[in-house]
Amino acid sequence: MVSDIRLWFAPERLREEGDTPDYRFSLANERTFLAWLRTAMALVGGGFAVDQFLPETGRPLRLALALILLAAGALCALRAISHWVRCERAMRRGEDLPVSRFPIALGLAVGVVALLMVIVAAFGWGG
Amino acid sequence: MPEGNGTDGSRTRDRDPGLQPERTRLAWRRTTLACAVAASLAGRQTLHSGIDPVSLVVLALVVLAWLAFLALAHHRIRAMHAPRPPALSPRAAAAAVTCTVALAVLGAATLR
Repeated sequence: MVSDIRLWFAPERLREEGDTPDYRFSLANERTFLAWLRTAMALVGGGFAVDQFLPETGRPLRLALALILLAAGALCALRAISHWVRCERAMRRGEDLPVSRFPIALGLAVGVVALLMVIVAAFGWGG
Repeated sequence: MPEGNGTDGSRTRDRDPGLQPERTRLAWRRTTLACAVAASLAGRQTLHSGIDPVSLVVLALVVLAWLAFLALAHHRIRAMHAPRPPALSPRAAAAAVTCTVALAVLGAATLR
């Protein structure tokens, strides 16, 4: 994990690993990274939207929902770069791509938050 | 980069059949747009509690984060003009992630 993080800031160390893959595979990995970054930004935007567009909701609940979404966004962005580095390194070494439980965990978390927001919006809880 | 980084003629000949640089360029554009939306909401958030020196400083930092992302995306989009673009540098990726995390932290600091 620590060596992964050091790779974020040391491009020359990533280049030392294995062979340079076909540039198209690197670009595909970059697009996947950007897709995750967009997901992170959507979560961050969603966090602000909860706070700004559900004013009738009680403050503790509104703050909790907003903070969960903002934290999920930040986590998603950090995971995006970690996954990108690991994929890049696996491609250079000719290994299998890393597997991850993150997408299912994120999916479940977003589902739970969405359900909560529907309940809040429909029943005006905490208002 | 073996061949095709010279004239326009060789650029056409070496075009990627799957238009990967083109798709990557558009992915950066989409992400910049998503960043603009998140930054707008973050900016709106900072002014929510009224205009005071602290919220103005936070607002300036939000704008700075978006401008940094814009510059980063622009730099990368320019690299996509090459027939065989070099891989994204880990530093650029870390900078893009930092912009996203900064927006989340700056906005969270001004939640009421």
